[in-house]
Amino acid sequence: MDLDAKLNEEREMAQFLIKKIDRLITRPVRFMEVCGTHTVAIFRAGIRQLLPEKVDLVSGPGCPVCVTPDEYMDKAIAYAQCKDIILTTFGDMLKVPGTRSSLGEAKAAGADIRIVYSSLESLEVAAQHPDKKVVFLAVGFETTAPTAAATVLQAEAQGLKNFYVLSAHKLVPPALRMLINDPEVKVDGFLLPGHVCVITGTKEFGFLTEEYHIPGVVTGFEALDILRSIYRLAKQVNEGAARIENEYGRVVRAQGNPAAWNILRQVYEPADACWRGIGMIPLSGLKVNAKYRHFDIEEVLPIKTEGTAQKTACRCGEVLRGIIKPMDCPLFGKACVPTHAIGPCMVSVEGVCAAWYKYGSGRFTYGK
Amino acid sequence: MKGDFCMCLAVPAKVLDIKDSLGVVELSGIQRKVSFMLLPETNVGDYVLVHAGFAIQVIDKKEAEETNALLREMSGLGREVE
Repeated sequence: MDLDAKLNEEREMAQFLIKKIDRLITRPVRFMEVCGTHTVAIFRAGIRQLLPEKVDLVSGPGCPVCVTPDEYMDKAIAYAQCKDIILTTFGDMLKVPGTRSSLGEAKAAGADIRIVYSSLESLEVAAQHPDKKVVFLAVGFETTAPTAAATVLQAEAQGLKNFYVLSAHKLVPPALRMLINDPEVKVDGFLLPGHVCVITGTKEFGFLTEEYHIPGVVTGFEALDILRSIYRLAKQVNEGAARIENEYGRVVRAQGNPAAWNILRQVYEPADACWRGIGMIPLSGLKVNAKYRHFDIEEVLPIKTEGTAQKTACRCGEVLRGIIKPMDCPLFGKACVPTHAIGPCMVSVEGVCAAWYKYGSGRFTYGK
Repeated sequence: MKGDFCMCLAVPAKVLDIKDSLGVVELSGIQRKVSFMLLPETNVGDYVLVHAGFAIQVIDKKEAEETNALLREMSGLGREVE
């Protein structure tokens, strides 16, 4: 099939799905996506503009960088400032604000902070610098946590004694539970995060239907994947049904990736965790368990930080819960832009505010 | 490019070589070292989803090409015309 024919076919399919969605939905509904890559993909395809007004798409706390709290950043900076510590991190953590500064600023001031593409690169750094402690910033959802856990197992296998993690991993299902229990957050269905489900499978989200009667559809990242998932949600809303469906079956298996899940559970155990702008959510994080505690920098070298967050007009907390849209924040597009981010949702490429800022131009009014 | 890496992304890649849970994949024309610790039963020639230097699931080829097109656009590159 040539490209024109393929595009035409896709356009027809999209129009067909939108018409169907319009017919199925008879009252205003809110569907929430909880994955930064979905946030970006929805904008890229202009899906909000295509949908009837009664279907509101809202973004939840789907960006792990954005939900990492001040206290964690302060701790990371404090470790980085120790003379005998090398910090390794994914690049998107550098600009995240702590209470006083960021890792980027600490690096500019001379702290040894190295950007890695994979947590495994930290082990090479550790092997090259036996006189230093190498601390990896273990951040991310269920997709990323197994990679950090595998790195700990690999360090153990190699007999490395100077590799540690500072864990701020987060789990998606407890966050969804918190959102549903928040009376300000009203959601009629969830577009479930495809790449989290690659690891967890669909079982972990069964509570949505069993306990709350809210439908969820595991969603891929192409425009038609997302429209098909919205159609499936619309169909369930129309029927008054609540099922977990898998629209991303090409990649997501019902049982997830058991090997990855096992590695995660070998190293980590669930723990209470603080989400930026939201607060503490019970058992929504991962902590290194007793067996591997010698890899947990907070156990080996506890550090105290005493930052007090500066009060700004930033409304990221409400943005992250889907209560307001970014343009309802007084800073959005004015004091807070990607080159000078005040709130975490503007820092990461996949943050809700950054996506609205980048793709909203010409379609939405802001910053006036 | 490294500084722009976003941890939530997972990208499709073709497996070129595997040895003792370490391997090489081709990702948008670039060869990269990838760990197969999280996906032990992988064969050379498979397409896999790669996240933060680890293969996390086997996928089909069509899925690989579609996701690559999305990622090219997100990193500011043009969409490839067939």
